[in-house]
Amino acid sequence: MNVLTELVDLSLIPSILRALTPVLLAALGGAICAKAGVFNVGLEGFMLVGAFAAVAGSWFTGSAWVGVLAAVLAGAGMAALLAIASVKYGGDEIIVGIALNLLAVGLTAFLLRTVFGRQGTFTEPTLQGLPTIAGQTPLTYLAWLLVPVLAVFLRRHVWGFRLQGVGEAPEAARSLGVDTVKYRYGAVLASGVLCGLAGAQLSLGNVVLFSQNMTAGRGWVAVVAVLLAQAAPFGVLLAALLFATAEALGFRLQGVGLPSQLASATPYVLTLIALIVASVRARRVLGRAPGEVPSEDRPPVENPAASTHVSRE
Amino acid sequence: MTTTPTAPAATPAARARALLRSPILLSILGALLLGSVMLLGAGGNPIEAYAAMVDGAFGSTQWRNTLIVAVPVVGMALAVAVPLRAGVVNLGGEGQIVLGGITAAVVAATVDLPMPLSLVAALSAGALAGGLLGTIPAVLENRLGVPLLVSSLLLSYPVVALASYVVRFPLRDPGTGLPQSRVFEEAYRMPVLFGIGLSAVVLAVVIALVVQVDSRTPFGYEVRLTGHNRRFTEYAGVDVPRMVTRLMFTGGGIAGLIGAMVVTSVPYRYIDGALVVPGYTWTGLLAALLARANPLGAVAAGVFFAALQVGGFGMERETEVPRELSSILQATVIVILAATVAATARRARTRKDTAVSERPSSPEGGAVRTRTGTTSAGEVDS
Repeated sequence: MNVLTELVDLSLIPSILRALTPVLLAALGGAICAKAGVFNVGLEGFMLVGAFAAVAGSWFTGSAWVGVLAAVLAGAGMAALLAIASVKYGGDEIIVGIALNLLAVGLTAFLLRTVFGRQGTFTEPTLQGLPTIAGQTPLTYLAWLLVPVLAVFLRRHVWGFRLQGVGEAPEAARSLGVDTVKYRYGAVLASGVLCGLAGAQLSLGNVVLFSQNMTAGRGWVAVVAVLLAQAAPFGVLLAALLFATAEALGFRLQGVGLPSQLASATPYVLTLIALIVASVRARRVLGRAPGEVPSEDRPPVENPAASTHVSRE
Repeated sequence: MTTTPTAPAATPAARARALLRSPILLSILGALLLGSVMLLGAGGNPIEAYAAMVDGAFGSTQWRNTLIVAVPVVGMALAVAVPLRAGVVNLGGEGQIVLGGITAAVVAATVDLPMPLSLVAALSAGALAGGLLGTIPAVLENRLGVPLLVSSLLLSYPVVALASYVVRFPLRDPGTGLPQSRVFEEAYRMPVLFGIGLSAVVLAVVIALVVQVDSRTPFGYEVRLTGHNRRFTEYAGVDVPRMVTRLMFTGGGIAGLIGAMVVTSVPYRYIDGALVVPGYTWTGLLAALLARANPLGAVAAGVFFAALQVGGFGMERETEVPRELSSILQATVIVILAATVAATARRARTRKDTAVSERPSSPEGGAVRTRTGTTSAGEVDS
């Protein structure tokens, strides 16, 4: 009982919210891509570059908001690489996404040394972090606001319809005169912008520093959140909330004596368990795997497990 | 090594032309060019930096370092290439190499065996542990429909955490303040024969086995066929889920073996992070992608990327350009390659549509099927 009260109390909520924002922002970006038929596994890399650019922008101008702007531009820049390689030239989006994640690790480490002359971590007392309103950064409120906005956009706005049409039936969309390439470009760039914001939240909100590989798999958790929720905005919020709760609880578990190595793995284990449960249920109920996002150029696969990305028949 | 499916090399001149047009070469050149821009931006001289890199990798004393790094990188390239041959992306290499390493360390710390048996036990325990870990995502996908791509990656986190815990507490060397195990007994140290570590010899055997199965057995043929077209192979009656499980066991097993061999080599102890920090897994993954899952190609690409990595240290010493440039070059090669291969395939398709009487494409000139479908057609040489 003592342990439980030490683990769960009201002060847990702010730490959950802080952990939630980056994952939620990135996952919303992933959801937009999934709706457009692009399976984006580059979220991790976009976020990491965003986190670096945020710190660089803030450091050189003294304004955290310029940092956020830099993060958005950098995230979009990384996303543009994915869009050019995969949407324009048709390169495999999973391969390009993985390569971009590794590019982000190398690039930020390289820039950390050439721009800041540091290795591992950059932090200075004068580095400006984001202001907070009632303990949370504006980006947190923005992330929450984006959930209903995106839901309404997808359900009510003509662009939202077309975006989903591009994902679900690209041939049909094309025959109706919708430029599928343009919509996919837009979706990928939007995910870059959102991941940039996610990175800024990490490096100027949750902490005020940049350290190598500081995203630590959050982008992949966002990918799982998209799969779990089948790219539905409110579902994405729930999935991201699960991860954030696990992360916040993981910190608490260290406080009650669980070795930090094991506590740090808690969120990933919980994410994996959630993915397994969702897969089993999806199979039982619908007879298909979670996160199925149909797309063109992909032969329908009989076994739903055959691909993370199968067309719906 | 490579020929494009549309232009088979008949004469040496044509062969040279085909090589020049090869997407792999183009991607490497493109990455070097982009790297030059970054070098100029960082205030370096590209020619000097690249020269220092080559010298750092193959210089009189340096090639030995390249060889030492090449063993784990080539091994991890195979750990990815084996399943990728059938279009399965194994992102769990980090967990597999670490589990193999920590298992070997536990065996070395707890089991008292004489010399050859001791190493056989440690290496096979490591390989078995890595293989079983690799099997989990395959079974999860086959039975429950959990995407292997993500589950293999997520599984690594708890495994790496667990290994880190084991080496910090039960296995810790109390004599030092560092998170590392005690130095292993003599019986658990990989010998060095004629200046070549036994690890390199073991790896050579693994390479030979993989190449043999890939190119000379029905199973290898089925795997390649699955890589080209999974649905077709399933219609042909091949039990693809079972194949995926076996490939993931093999891939994970190779990763585990590499982990065990690194740990039982100098400095003969398990050091926390020693299998993760050098990035063997990710360099190997990129090498497998560069080789487009061809086993011998993965070996060549692994050596190439290991040389880039080691050369990066040389470059940093000589020119003060950070060695992370190597990772940037490796990843950039793959981004450009994925795009150019797809673009070439698309062009070839369009050409075929206009001129129907082209000769049939060879079964080898197919595509590396990834989990999203066939996009990259072209030079999978076998």
